[in-house]
Amino acid sequence: MLKGRHLLDPTDFSPGELDEIFDFADLIIQSPAQFNHLCDSSILATLFYEPSTRTRFSFEAAMLRLGGSVVGFSEPTSSSVAKGESVADTIRTVACYADIIVMRHPKEGAPRIASQYSPVPVINAGDGGHLHPTQTLTDLLTIRSVKHQLTGLTIGCCGDLKFGRTVHSLIKAASRYPDNRFVLISPKELRVPDYVTADLAAKGIAFQEVERLDEVIGDLDILYMTRVQKERFFNEDDYVRLKDVYILNAEKMRLARKDMIVMHPLPRVGEIAYDVDSDPRAYYFKQAKFGMFVRMALISKLLGAS
Amino acid sequence: MLTITSIKNGIVIDHIRAGLGIRMFYELGLDKADYTVALIMNATSTHMGRKDIIKIENNVDFDVTMLALIDPNVTVNVIEDEHIVRKVKPELPERVEDVIKCKNPRCITSVEKYIPQVFTLVNRELGQYRCQYCDEIYTVGKD
Repeated sequence: MLKGRHLLDPTDFSPGELDEIFDFADLIIQSPAQFNHLCDSSILATLFYEPSTRTRFSFEAAMLRLGGSVVGFSEPTSSSVAKGESVADTIRTVACYADIIVMRHPKEGAPRIASQYSPVPVINAGDGGHLHPTQTLTDLLTIRSVKHQLTGLTIGCCGDLKFGRTVHSLIKAASRYPDNRFVLISPKELRVPDYVTADLAAKGIAFQEVERLDEVIGDLDILYMTRVQKERFFNEDDYVRLKDVYILNAEKMRLARKDMIVMHPLPRVGEIAYDVDSDPRAYYFKQAKFGMFVRMALISKLLGAS
Repeated sequence: MLTITSIKNGIVIDHIRAGLGIRMFYELGLDKADYTVALIMNATSTHMGRKDIIKIENNVDFDVTMLALIDPNVTVNVIEDEHIVRKVKPELPERVEDVIKCKNPRCITSVEKYIPQVFTLVNRELGQYRCQYCDEIYTVGKD
């Protein structure tokens, strides 16, 4: 039963519950117009404490396509937050007006606080460098649609793995499916946090940490690229030094398998060269569309409207 | 040679890793005690080389699990009439609230001060706790 639940962490839902969402997303993909009035009288609040284009648009488009309405703010300076209001107080107020809340926050764990004070479902739309569960739903739906399975895959994650919340979420969620293994490709400074590798080790899941993409790209079923995000760094020098370390281009793609797929949560800022876009293995723009459909399915399920 | 008399009734916290005694002393609020207390730092130890010891001349009541969060290898000796009547090895609790402070500067607890700092035990062997909000790992005796 997903009605009334929060989504804060990609593992909040069991693989069976995720399948329920993915199956419903598949139905929406087949015939979107059929679901135009599913959430007619519902209101989604989007509380974005830090800038976002894609995720916010994706959520708003999803709710509007379900017939619902959207209220919210896209930067904290235009809200009561600028006056110093706590997350708890903001949520208690917003929950009086909205049926479901989506929150992005620069501080890690903020959506969990929100869920503790909210009588309506809270969806984590990204908290600092921590997690981004709805991107994970997007990623898993994309993989499921292309590979027709979520098991037995070698998943390579490349770039900023330290602050890349989409990577942390994907590893956490994909590690629950049998026989997946992970290849973590990054400079030493941007390796995944200890808690991520501690989790993999505790579950006995195979993973390796490497520094060169070209040496491992031929082993991968999925290559998940990420950008090095300026806003996650405390110091400009470190950002400039590391931002262009791992760039995927057509030359490296020649080393990859014919059925490997390239994914990216977007936006990209140079880590995937434009000469890769025409490669049939490039899935990052199709992935964005899956994102809207899976959010439609998620909102419907949490509102009990499906 | 420094001499500190034995205590008649009270508690001796022994086998504290050298350097951690002072933290334990403050965590227990012993700096505000109105009874006799002693903090011995860098005492010679056959097994540990150097160790810290805390002696408390009073039957104080405190949560021994909190000591484990600072150093899981301590021994708490309960003294009555100058004899050890009980030895306690504190165990790491499954969940702690407002004892460990999250060191992740990006954690929501760093700005929203009304929130309790909640950590749950994830690996007893390694003494690892995880912040409920940001998943930051705290390792007992190291952090």
